[in-house]
Amino acid sequence: MSESIVEILGLRKVYAGKNPVTAVDGIDLHVPSGLIYGLLGPNGAGKTTTISIATTRAIPTAGSVKIAGIDVVAHPALARCVIGVVPQYNTLDRSCTAFENIYFHCRYFGMAKQVAAQRTAQLLEQFRLSDRAAAYPQALSGGLAQRLQIARAIAHHPKVLFLDEPSAGLDPQSRIAMWDAVQALRGEGITVVLTTHYMEEADAICDRVAIIDHGKILIEDSPAALKASVGGDIIYDLRMRGVRDSGLLEKELATIEGVTRVEVIEGGLRVLARVQDGLLAKVVTTANEYGLRDVTTIEPSLETVFIRLTGRDLRE
Amino acid sequence: MSEAVVNSNDTKIVVYTRAFLGLMQRDFRVLTREIVPFLIRIAMNPLLFLFVFTFVMPHMTGGSTLSPTAGMAAAGGGGFGTVLLPGLMAVAIMFSGIAAVALPLAQEFGVTREIDDRVMCPLPIGAVAIEKIVFSAIQSIFAAAVVFPLAYYIPSTPVLVHVSSWWFFIAVLVLASLLAGALGLTIGTFVQPKQIGLIFGVVIMPITFLGCVYYPWAALSPIKWLQNGVLINPIVYITEGLRAALTPTVGHMPDATILAMLLFFFVLLTLMGLRGFANRVLS
Repeated sequence: MSESIVEILGLRKVYAGKNPVTAVDGIDLHVPSGLIYGLLGPNGAGKTTTISIATTRAIPTAGSVKIAGIDVVAHPALARCVIGVVPQYNTLDRSCTAFENIYFHCRYFGMAKQVAAQRTAQLLEQFRLSDRAAAYPQALSGGLAQRLQIARAIAHHPKVLFLDEPSAGLDPQSRIAMWDAVQALRGEGITVVLTTHYMEEADAICDRVAIIDHGKILIEDSPAALKASVGGDIIYDLRMRGVRDSGLLEKELATIEGVTRVEVIEGGLRVLARVQDGLLAKVVTTANEYGLRDVTTIEPSLETVFIRLTGRDLRE
Repeated sequence: MSEAVVNSNDTKIVVYTRAFLGLMQRDFRVLTREIVPFLIRIAMNPLLFLFVFTFVMPHMTGGSTLSPTAGMAAAGGGGFGTVLLPGLMAVAIMFSGIAAVALPLAQEFGVTREIDDRVMCPLPIGAVAIEKIVFSAIQSIFAAAVVFPLAYYIPSTPVLVHVSSWWFFIAVLVLASLLAGALGLTIGTFVQPKQIGLIFGVVIMPITFLGCVYYPWAALSPIKWLQNGVLINPIVYITEGLRAALTPTVGHMPDATILAMLLFFFVLLTLMGLRGFANRVLS
């Protein structure tokens, strides 16, 4: 594995108050250079807090974050030279045009006027925003604003780009355009760390994924390896008319060949099984006698990995 | 890469200076684009005030009796215009600090969070706040400069201006302008964005009317409790400072006291503002 560009060690963040909240509870993370790295987890898992600390906007309770060897807590101003950030919300400067948003960003990072103007023109071209150069952020659609934010975030040639929930609020088409733009950054040698609660997004663009829940990392690997780790599991959620004799059904289902686990969920049972021909028919026939109402099939995906690890859906 | 931003041989101070200047350039660009509203904002209050109190009222029959300080000012030399000139300059300076720092910050910390990109530039967080104060101070000096010709030419009776020490005048003007920026920073970071409208009633009106703007501090001597009470108002030292520097014929506080208090309030409000700013952008 190549050298880690983001090194997170023993990171903890407790928000003080009447009821202290532990947002991050001992995270260790090593992001190799040049990858697109995803932090996947439900809302409130601690993804945004982790990113806030890494991007110098939150002070950790314990632990350290080093980016390209710079300790972000000890040297926040210098660390900002090597990172680019696109937060969840639109933070474009409303008083400046699209061009000026990038241009002044370049100036903050010390580029001379002419260099800054050239870099701005090049980025507007690269992100297909040239025709909107004179537009104010209020006049840009969500997708265009998001692209402009990414263009601005990489304008100073950061080594690591942090994207917090980049597809939140984007329509499907804009989301795919954003994915393309992010994947194109590989060519520029920028490491990307993104958070998401969409498993399709993690699956589609990330080289490695850390699944995070309740402030802890549950597992970390490539999406393919993660999916393989659950043994090519498929999940059948059975919705039952009543819950009578569910204990009996649970036992009966567990004896079917290929079924690895049966769990009680609200309104029915969840069957985890290896992908196998004819299995669904057997499950349905068995459950039918107990008042089966509906079956939902969840194909092997990062979602099944998450369910397997936490017993919950990502969306819950 | 020719456009590499942070060269290893750039010292911290070079990186910081460039970022600071970049922020200033951005603020200038935004200000010049809104130059007309800016000019209206700074000129309207002194223009109307001077017009009504030093031009219209003296022309009315018995107008002088309507202007309570006229007699007092006349005793010290000069008309009400002489009292008002430093007062209105002080209001312009103070109001510029609010308008240049507190109001934009309320918006930027509120819904839009657009200050994020500037907070993320390679500068210590405190320096981003200091830039706000410095830029606001430049606007304050400009606003004070606009008041001067208005207050000199509009009043119907001549205004007695005499600058005996330019150093003292510049020191007062610069300190007062920085103080106004620090006041704006403190207000902008401590007041909740949705309550920013309240500051006009709760902060600006009291500190203006009790800021020795329309009367010299010495003239409060018959009301001792008030004369002592207003000493906690930083605007008092701005008005008295400008009075001492520009219209010394009207009674004023000692020069050294004024400078010391301006410095004291500037440091106090800057420290409070920096703390509030850090609380807002860091968690």
